[in-house]
Amino acid sequence: MFDYDQYFRREMMPHIWCKGCGNGIILKALLRAIHRLGLSKDRIAMVSGIGCSSRLTGYVDCNTLHTTHGRPLAFATGLKLARPELTVIVITGDGDGLAIGGNHLIHAARRNIDLTCLLFNNQIYGMTGGQLAPTTPEGLFSTTTPYGNIEPNFDASRLVQAAGGTFVARGTAFRAIPLEKLIAEGIQHKGFSFIEILTTCPEIHGRRNKLGTPAEMIQALAKTTLPTGVLHNAAGPEYTEAYEGIIAKAQGRT
Amino acid sequence: MQGSVRLMQGNEACARGAIVAGCRFFAGYPITPSSEIAEELARLLPRVGGKFIQMEDEIGAMAACIGASLGGLKVMTATSGPGFSLKQENLGFAVYTEIPCVIANVMRGGPSTGLPTSPAQSDVMQARWGTHGDHPMIVLAPASVREVHDLTIRAFNLAERLRTPVILLYDEVIGHMREKVELPEPSQYALVERKKPACPPEDYHPYKAEEDDVPSFIRFGEGYRYHVTGLAHDERGFPTQNPRVVEAKQRRLHSKVERHREEIAACETFLLDDAEVAVFAYGITARSARAAVRAARAEGLRAGLFRPISLWPFLDLEVGKLADQVKAVVVAEMNLGQMVYEVERAAHGKTRVVAYQKASGEPIHPEEILAVLREVR
Amino acid sequence: MNSLTEKGCTAYTTDKVTIKVLEEWCKGCEICVEVCKKHCLAMDVHGKVKVVNIEACNKCLLCDLLCPDFAIAVE
Repeated sequence: MFDYDQYFRREMMPHIWCKGCGNGIILKALLRAIHRLGLSKDRIAMVSGIGCSSRLTGYVDCNTLHTTHGRPLAFATGLKLARPELTVIVITGDGDGLAIGGNHLIHAARRNIDLTCLLFNNQIYGMTGGQLAPTTPEGLFSTTTPYGNIEPNFDASRLVQAAGGTFVARGTAFRAIPLEKLIAEGIQHKGFSFIEILTTCPEIHGRRNKLGTPAEMIQALAKTTLPTGVLHNAAGPEYTEAYEGIIAKAQGRT
Repeated sequence: MQGSVRLMQGNEACARGAIVAGCRFFAGYPITPSSEIAEELARLLPRVGGKFIQMEDEIGAMAACIGASLGGLKVMTATSGPGFSLKQENLGFAVYTEIPCVIANVMRGGPSTGLPTSPAQSDVMQARWGTHGDHPMIVLAPASVREVHDLTIRAFNLAERLRTPVILLYDEVIGHMREKVELPEPSQYALVERKKPACPPEDYHPYKAEEDDVPSFIRFGEGYRYHVTGLAHDERGFPTQNPRVVEAKQRRLHSKVERHREEIAACETFLLDDAEVAVFAYGITARSARAAVRAARAEGLRAGLFRPISLWPFLDLEVGKLADQVKAVVVAEMNLGQMVYEVERAAHGKTRVVAYQKASGEPIHPEEILAVLREVR
Repeated sequence: MNSLTEKGCTAYTTDKVTIKVLEEWCKGCEICVEVCKKHCLAMDVHGKVKVVNIEACNKCLLCDLLCPDFAIAVE
């Protein structure tokens, strides 16, 4: 039986996520992945933005940074560049990471900086009451699309791959063991790792669109037509390493 | 190069001052008239093992600085009006989470895209209040190339000392002008490092202040695992909505700066001792004011210059004393009235406050100030 | 759950398996109840999960893995 407790900030638990929200499942997979890799809590930094998923950083006993909406990748870029020896994991959501934070996602991927970005995709802005997200399926209702969504949506993984991310994967909160493996692989990968994780918001999004019970919604994730697993895995110069080369050059050592 | 005489540009002096101060990280974005700071640091930082990154936008640059500061480095970013506007949210984050950083704003004509290559002094109020919510701010205003260099170092020292962002605010003329400088050896400058915790990790609270209202600060990855959030937080750094805790943090944040006024306050006076009329001016305007005061004296006018070097917190005490002494204060600014209201407030009606304001993209000339001094006599 | 036992979780035990439920953290989302193919679990009158048929448990771990609230674990 896995001891999750060793990774908690006891005084912050239990978490604030709603009944049936998939985020807790992902948190567990993340903690198991970290454990599997034998990483020290002192050497892990988790950086999150704003949204339900971004609350994760408050619960985990490591170096945590809960930033402004859409910006965790930029904060994490500075932290990683200053401290390349830290394992830096970025927690973001579909709104935080693809709408307001889209630009930072594109450029973190382009730089191939060694961050592991977990994007919790529940297809809605849950924290603020259920507004449209760039991933909300067409036709569905949200508080800002009361007549149904007319916007096409993003395939986040394809976006990141196009931008240059060298490890791109998609998992779901339902397939928890494969997810744990993807997260471990992503962390180990040297370069920008992106794992899009399909998850659920039964309380707000699910209720408004009659998507079923929490169990039905979580099981429905298995039926996604989006490709899952490792979608792209390449090697490329990692940014902080390349910058060491700049330092060597500037210091006349090469 | 240091310790010898050189012709140096203001922005270059900012970059060099940063290096002397121990800055080892710069994240920025190109924007006229500040780009030279970034360009110079792109060259200088890697030479000293520091890191430079041009981020994808101004917001990301401010964010990266904060991340790197948490990583333990002394950090700086530089920008101008439009970029300064973009940075405000993350600037407030740094104030609230008490993360040291230096932000240089080389002021240009605004609002909006305005006049990218012309000076203005119209971001003074924005520097104080640009980010939302109650917050203190420390703002320093150099008026010469040498002062840009030295105040950059001062900005870093204050940021590290008080665990807070510090803004270095100067106009395009100061940024682009070249002056002869003779810089001391870097070792001549006393540097301040952030105060580390004396307690073991299990007892550490990142926002529990010592008697001076400043909490100790340890970088990520040293065994002190803590949470930093922009949400209202308690001493442990965890989110809270407890009214007592929320207000206590707010008040400490303010008193942290207020009670260190003496460390922050800086001003310079010129021919003020026996003056009947004073000119209150900063930045390039102070240079013109100095000439105007000299010319006024030659005409028999007892004029003097009061030049604030720290703009925020405002020099209430000093301006109050000034108001006691002179019968009029001419506040000359390259804006349509920003510092003048603070001068009026601090003068408490004890002196006449005369505003001279210019918003044309041109510096105020000595003759303009002299004309006002003649009228005011 | 290890040190969470001090909060008083209920342990259902046979010599083949132990299922622990931390009622305090259970939100009654019923994910575990519905994903359990062996119908080992059900909701009690307080809206918390209880083990009703531990003999049928084949230790697939789905309830453990898919509980978002750290409220049920299978040993």
